[in-house]
Amino acid sequence: MDTQSYFPVQAGVGMEENFLSLDDILLSHERLPVRTECTFPRLGYLEKSSDAHDIAEGSKMELPLWLSKGLYERKRRVLSVELPKVYREGWRTVFNADPNVVDLHKMGPYYYSLGSQMLHFDSPENPDIAGTLLQTFIGRFRRTMDSSQNAYNEDTSALVERLDSLEKGLFRSGQSGLNGFQSWEKGQATQITASSLVLNYRKRKINDLQP
Amino acid sequence: MFCVTVWFCSQEDGLRQILQEMESLYEQNQSDVNEAKSDGRAELIPSIKLRHCCLLRNQRCVAAYLYDRLLRIRALRWEYGSVLPANVRFHMCAEELQWFSQYKKSLASFMRSLGADGLDITQDMKPPKSLYIEVRCLKDHGEFEIDDGTVILLKKNSQHFLPRWKCEQLIRQGVLEHVMS
Repeated sequence: MDTQSYFPVQAGVGMEENFLSLDDILLSHERLPVRTECTFPRLGYLEKSSDAHDIAEGSKMELPLWLSKGLYERKRRVLSVELPKVYREGWRTVFNADPNVVDLHKMGPYYYSLGSQMLHFDSPENPDIAGTLLQTFIGRFRRTMDSSQNAYNEDTSALVERLDSLEKGLFRSGQSGLNGFQSWEKGQATQITASSLVLNYRKRKINDLQP
Repeated sequence: MFCVTVWFCSQEDGLRQILQEMESLYEQNQSDVNEAKSDGRAELIPSIKLRHCCLLRNQRCVAAYLYDRLLRIRALRWEYGSVLPANVRFHMCAEELQWFSQYKKSLASFMRSLGADGLDITQDMKPPKSLYIEVRCLKDHGEFEIDDGTVILLKKNSQHFLPRWKCEQLIRQGVLEHVMS
């Protein structure tokens, strides 16, 4: 098992984001369909479709999650956020029927994290959304765990391509444990290896030399 | 207007652009706040809030980027050693180099405080099985002196049977390769 020295800040759990987590920053970059409930003077240049000086009340726009969260207020004088398709009733029925069939990578790679973040916007459907997120995860977890523990030294792209980013992280952890155990069984656990910095630099140098 | 994070190779230009954007947003907000207060124009407030969200977002991205760099620099001390290669130092700013040097000192004084004579906890990161190990030289490294005074010539592709504690750092730096029998 590779000695791990670089410990990046992990993504937050549930409705909380970690301020310094790069994963959470990428997550909060996702765009949401939004409707303005007031005017935003002098910011008309943000709307590429119109030449107006201001953003009018009632405009439909797509804003990133971080901006939607920042502007949203419970009394709803500012923004109303629409649920993306994947979290609406139609798709929820599909998920409840058979969670394993769905390609969660295509449904927005951050299905679980974004779904949890949607709960900040006080939709009346929140209990159902939360319930579906949980049940979907439970339904899919077993398969992800099993495949990560049994795919040794093979191409895992087919197993991984329909997983959401949270599930991919779990899969990677499982693989790392499996590889560590296998290398221990083979007696490779005591072999001192070059630092990843050196290995990456060497790879890059070779690529530079190739025409 | 919406910031995107950038990665390790020094991105001073990117950071400068972000800081300029933040200054401009701040100035626009400052002027709108003054107008809202003096002329009672409360309808400007949503725009002020939006620009403020952008400022916070830029701040978050820059902080996370710089913090991630520090985490990687810290990892270098453990994975590579206390002297960083020139090509890495080239991409670090003066403050990061200073941080690395202070981190090294903290780590060294901590290690000195362990046990009677101190303990190098950056050694033996993988459980050792023997005092001596077989190594192969991956590149010419010149003469190498071991504890009993003998001098070994580390020529590319030569193989040697050497004390583990002398070789560990050279293996991590890619000069030697640990050969398992």
